[in-house]
Amino acid sequence: MAILIDKNSRVLVTGLTGRIGSFHAQDMVNHGTNVVGGVTPGKGGTKHIDLPVFNTVKGAVAETGADLVICFVPPPFAADAIMEAADAGIKTCVCIADGIPTQDMIKVKRYMRRYKAEKRMRLIGPNCAGIITPGQAFAGLMPPHIYLPGRVGIIGRSGTLGYEAASQMKERGIGVSTSVGIGGDPINGSSFRDILELFENDPDTDAVVMVGEIGGPQEAEAAAYIRDHMTKPVAAYIAGLSAPKGRRMGHAGAIVSAFGESAQEKVEILKEAGVTIVPTPSSFGEAVERMVA
Amino acid sequence: MDIHEYQAKELLKRFGVQVPRGGIAYSPEQAVYRASELSGDKCVVKAQIHSGARGKAGGVKICANEKEIAEAANWMLGRMLVTHQTGPQGKLVSRLYIEEATKIAQEIYLAFVMDRKEERVVVVASGQGGMEIEEISANEPDSIIRSVVDPAVGMQAFQAREIAFSLGLDAALIPQAVKTITGCYRMMEETDASMVEINPLVVSQAGEIMALDAKVSFDDNALFRRPDIMEMRDKSQEDTRETFASDRGLNYIGLDGQIGCIVNGAGLAMATLDMIKMAGGEPANFLDVGGGASPERVLMSFQAVLNDPKVEAILVNIFAGINRCDWIAEGVVRAVRELDLKMPIVVRLSGTNVEEGRKLIADSGLPILTAESLAEAAEKAVLAWKSATPKEAQ
Repeated sequence: MAILIDKNSRVLVTGLTGRIGSFHAQDMVNHGTNVVGGVTPGKGGTKHIDLPVFNTVKGAVAETGADLVICFVPPPFAADAIMEAADAGIKTCVCIADGIPTQDMIKVKRYMRRYKAEKRMRLIGPNCAGIITPGQAFAGLMPPHIYLPGRVGIIGRSGTLGYEAASQMKERGIGVSTSVGIGGDPINGSSFRDILELFENDPDTDAVVMVGEIGGPQEAEAAAYIRDHMTKPVAAYIAGLSAPKGRRMGHAGAIVSAFGESAQEKVEILKEAGVTIVPTPSSFGEAVERMVA
Repeated sequence: MDIHEYQAKELLKRFGVQVPRGGIAYSPEQAVYRASELSGDKCVVKAQIHSGARGKAGGVKICANEKEIAEAANWMLGRMLVTHQTGPQGKLVSRLYIEEATKIAQEIYLAFVMDRKEERVVVVASGQGGMEIEEISANEPDSIIRSVVDPAVGMQAFQAREIAFSLGLDAALIPQAVKTITGCYRMMEETDASMVEINPLVVSQAGEIMALDAKVSFDDNALFRRPDIMEMRDKSQEDTRETFASDRGLNYIGLDGQIGCIVNGAGLAMATLDMIKMAGGEPANFLDVGGGASPERVLMSFQAVLNDPKVEAILVNIFAGINRCDWIAEGVVRAVRELDLKMPIVVRLSGTNVEEGRKLIADSGLPILTAESLAEAAEKAVLAWKSATPKEAQ
C-alpha cells in the first residue's frame, strides 16, 4: 500500500475555494484521488467543484471521516490551518504554502507536541510539492503522469527536482511506490529521516532515492539513520555544489551556515553511510537502475 | 532582510537594552555636530553598511577632536567599503553613526539564532566577546553557552540568570543582564527577527551593560506583518540586480559567471547551476521563475538576467508541473524579439504542454537552441557560449 497516501485515503482540501486550491483539487479528483470535501471558513454548507464545503476541519471530519488534509491556505494563515488539522484528529497533513514565517513554524512544531506520539498528526512540508502514490492517489501540485507505479520511494526537498528524478526513472521503466516532498523550509514537518523510516517499514518499497540540497542538518541525520537502521538501498543527490556560502538559494532553508551543510560535505557524509551518490541531476535514472539491479 | 547597526540599536533600546548615546550623520559637518551633542572626551565614527568586520576595513574610527571626526567622516562617506563579508566590490557608505566611546571592562558575545536542529530559538553566549563566533568556536569552544527557548512561554528569567552567571558576571550586574537578555529575546519574537547578534555586549567601567555593536536580520517571510521593519530596508546595500528582481517578485541571486539561467523551482535551479559548472561553464545567476509563470513573467526574468552585463548566453530550463511549457515558450519568443537578443539561447522544456511549447519555439523561426534533457541543455549552453565568445574573453 506504499506510504502516507493510497486510494483509500479520505482527502480534505483546506483552502479549497481559492484559485490554487480549486485547480489542484480538481486535478486530484480527475486522477482518482478520493477527495471528500473542502474547508473554507464562512462557506460551510455550500458546494464547490462538486465537493461539500465545511466551515471547520472538525466539522468536515465528523461528516466525511477525512484522514488526510492537503492545505492550500496562503502562508500568513497556514500555521493556523495546520494546527486546526492537528486538533481535528487528522492523520497526515500536507502543506504546500511557500513563505510561512519561521516563528509560526516553531509554534506549530511546539503545538503538535501536545498530542501523544500515536495520536500526533504527521506534517509533510511546508513549501513542498506534496505526496503521490502513483496509480492510486496524490495530494499536491505534481503532474501525476510523470510517475510510473513501482517499488522505489522518493524523498525530496525540491518539487521540480523530484519530477526530474521520477521522469528519468520512468524512462528506464523504474516505478515509484510513493514520492514525498518534505519541502524547502528551514523548519519542516517531516525530515528525510522520518520518511526513510516509513519506507524501511513499507513492504511495497525496495529502495529509496533522496533528493537533498545545501543547508540544515537533515541529510546528515538521514545518513546516521541509513548507516544504523536501513536494510534497503538508498541513493542520494545533493543540489547546490556551486552555491556560494551564506547565500539563500531560493528555498528559505537552502543556505550554508554551518559545518556539514554544504553540498560537498553532505555528499561525503552520505557516501560514508553507504549511500549510492547520484553525481549529477541528469543521472538519477542511471544511478537508480544500477542500485536496484 | 538586514538592517544597519544604528537601526538595530534603536530597536534594542525600545526593548530595554542599553546602548551608547549616538546619532546619525550624512556629512562631515553633521558628524562634527552630532559629536558635539555627546558627552565624554572621545567618540566613535562608524560607517553604516550591511556587513560585519567594518573595523578592520577602516570603517570604525575612534576620534578625539573635531578635526579627526571630520577627517574620518570625509574618508568614509561615499566610499565602497570592502570587508571580508562584502565581496570585492564592497558596499557604499552613505551614512555614519557617531557614538560616545565606551570604556570597556568586559566583552561578551551574545546571539539569538533560529536553530534548525532544535527547531527553536537558541541563545548563544560567550565571555570571549569581540572575536567572531567562528573564531570563538575554533579557539575557545568551552566558553560557549547555549540555552534553548520554549516558544510556548518565551524566555524565562532563570535562563537569563543561568547565562549571566555562566558568563562570570558580578552578582550586582545580574538584574541588568537579565533585562538585556530577555529584552533581546522579546525583540526577536516581536519583530520576527531571524538573528540578533550583539558582539560585543560590554560591561563598561561605569558598571553598565551595553550593546556596542548589533547585527539584526529579519525573516523575509514575515515582513508582510512588520511594516515598520520593512521601512528600514536600505536598497543601496543590496545588489542592484537582485533589487530589480525582488521588486518584481522574482527569486534571483547574482553570481559571477557568464551563463544566465532561468529555471522553475529552487532545487532544479540549483541543480542547473551545478550542471553548467560540470559542463565547464560558470553560471551568472540563480533565478526561480516560480509556478504558473505567465509569458510576461518569463519576459521579466529575461530582463532581470540581462541586467547583468556579464551575461553572454542564456539557459532556460523548465520542468513544468503547475507551469505550462507553451506559456514559457511564448515568453521566450517574446523576449528574443522584444529585447532583440543576439546571444545564444538554449531552451529545455519538459512536462505540462511540452509539445505545444516546442512547436511555438520551432515555428518562431528564431535561432533558439533546444534540448531534451538537463545534461544536454547545460552542455549546449556552455558550447554555444564558448563558440560565441572569443577565447581570450572566456
